[in-house]
Amino acid sequence: MNTNHSGPTIQVHALRKSYGRQVVLDGIDFEVAQGTVYSLLGPNGSGKTTTIQILSTLISADDGDVRVAGHDLSREPDAVRAAIGVTGQFSAVDKFLTGEENLVLMADLRHMGKRDGRRRAAELLDRFDLAEAANKPVSTYSGGMQRRLDLAMTLVGDPRIIFLDEPTAGLDPRSRRTMWQIVRGLVASGVTIFLTTQYLEEADQLADRIAVLYHGKLVAQGTAAELKRLVPGGHISLQFTDAIALDKAALLLTPTSRDDEALTLQVSAGGDVRSLKSMLDRLDGAGIEVDGLTVHTPDLDDVFLALTGHPDTTEQQEAIAR
Amino acid sequence: MNALAYSFSDSATMLRRQLRHMVRYPSLTLIVVGMPVVFLLLFVFVFGGTLGAGLGGAAVASGTGGSRAAYLEYVTPGILIMTLAAVVQGTAISVAMDMTGGIVARFRTMSISRASVLTGHVLGSMVQAVLAIGLVLAVAVLLGFRPSAGPMEWLGAIGLLAIASFALIWLAVALGMVTDSVESASNLPMPLILLPFLGSAFVPTDSMPGPLKLFAEYQPFTPIIETLRGLLTGTSFGNDGILAVAWCVGIAAVSYLWAMRLYEQHSVH
Repeated sequence: MNTNHSGPTIQVHALRKSYGRQVVLDGIDFEVAQGTVYSLLGPNGSGKTTTIQILSTLISADDGDVRVAGHDLSREPDAVRAAIGVTGQFSAVDKFLTGEENLVLMADLRHMGKRDGRRRAAELLDRFDLAEAANKPVSTYSGGMQRRLDLAMTLVGDPRIIFLDEPTAGLDPRSRRTMWQIVRGLVASGVTIFLTTQYLEEADQLADRIAVLYHGKLVAQGTAAELKRLVPGGHISLQFTDAIALDKAALLLTPTSRDDEALTLQVSAGGDVRSLKSMLDRLDGAGIEVDGLTVHTPDLDDVFLALTGHPDTTEQQEAIAR
Repeated sequence: MNALAYSFSDSATMLRRQLRHMVRYPSLTLIVVGMPVVFLLLFVFVFGGTLGAGLGGAAVASGTGGSRAAYLEYVTPGILIMTLAAVVQGTAISVAMDMTGGIVARFRTMSISRASVLTGHVLGSMVQAVLAIGLVLAVAVLLGFRPSAGPMEWLGAIGLLAIASFALIWLAVALGMVTDSVESASNLPMPLILLPFLGSAFVPTDSMPGPLKLFAEYQPFTPIIETLRGLLTGTSFGNDGILAVAWCVGIAAVSYLWAMRLYEQHSVH
């Protein structure tokens, strides 16, 4: 998170896109401040990829005003292209070439000059832990390596705005963490990042602001904490050894649900350490023994249920969206 | 650098990419170069004796050295044009492979000359065409083909082969983009392989039945083959030269516009 936020670098107003009768984006608005991470969260088919494709000049919008890096998207697409880097959901590497050749290809297309291009390629190969495989054809790379090379290719020309479409989809947990570290490093150097994800956890880890896209509409925008407050799905599940302890605890804690057969109680909570500790202290004070405890943090399912399943939360969402 | 210089530099970069593909995965090149050589050997040695006897004096200028030698002289220009048709099969396949992969989507989001991706393919295929035609011609000469062309005729033949390959390659680039799969892209240029058969590549059109003869005389490959045959072996080709150039320019212009339009419209995934 960088401190030199100086106004929005992506501005989207009333963006619409349909394919035939199917409305993919139904008038969305948002702004992304320079040097921040903005995450578009949504399930498959919600319009995330379409948004990235429009913002990165791949396809045209039906309607709306979009400015990227100070340039109007429809009038100056080439100026936008010069300022951005894109890593799509499908690997955009040349599998017939080696890792190094792919990077040099990008440098050549950025008109960097032979020596600068080679130096930049070597630098990125090192940084993305690909130096050993630099001279092997990309077709022999693992999924994680291809994804890293893909991102490295995006970085060759030092773009100030980077679009990442589901950067960790299909990656194993370790590769996912590596990708997160890379993204954090980029933001620290002042780059603006627009990313899409299906995972609330990922948005939580990386994003300064999150927008939830559902059926082509932004149903909520805010920080991770603001969004989680909308979600009643966070709870703590307590397991007891006998029915007496269960009864006592039920009187003490006002649980949201109890299961007499499994001897469990569910208590609504945010899952932060302080409230967890105070709850355990109260149980301890009353002499109730807890056999087991699980913390359920809200996930994307909970967010969508809260934002789309209950009409009475509309006011809340709008308050956040302001 | 100005826009034009960038456009040249981007096209050169894309050509380097294509040449690298060719060197690293030579199987496609070997197939498109090998097929015409096989056809040449097949037609000269299997069919040549009989077909050469049926040529008569009119179609061949020298007509000496037996019927197989006469047929070699007749068929070589036709095989050379067929070589181009084989090369552009490879073009359509590699364009389709590119378009179905993610790399072209990346190119589209970069500030590079819009035509350079396709220009790279066209220039790469031109290099392939030169290699293929050189090889087929060398094999023909080994078999006894002795062109009667002087320096001016050679220049004309090279120029004709250049514009013909340019036109057919742009057509194949468009065909490679018009479908969504590599499989159908490899089938679409098939008619280009068949058209020389339905023209004057292997037998004179005079020997064909009415409607077929009409088609054979008015399709583009016949004037191109007749002109090349005239330039290389000294047969008369009349106004076929002008027709051949007109066909090539027309096919190139239409295909170029079609290909650029498809490239702009091509939806991603």
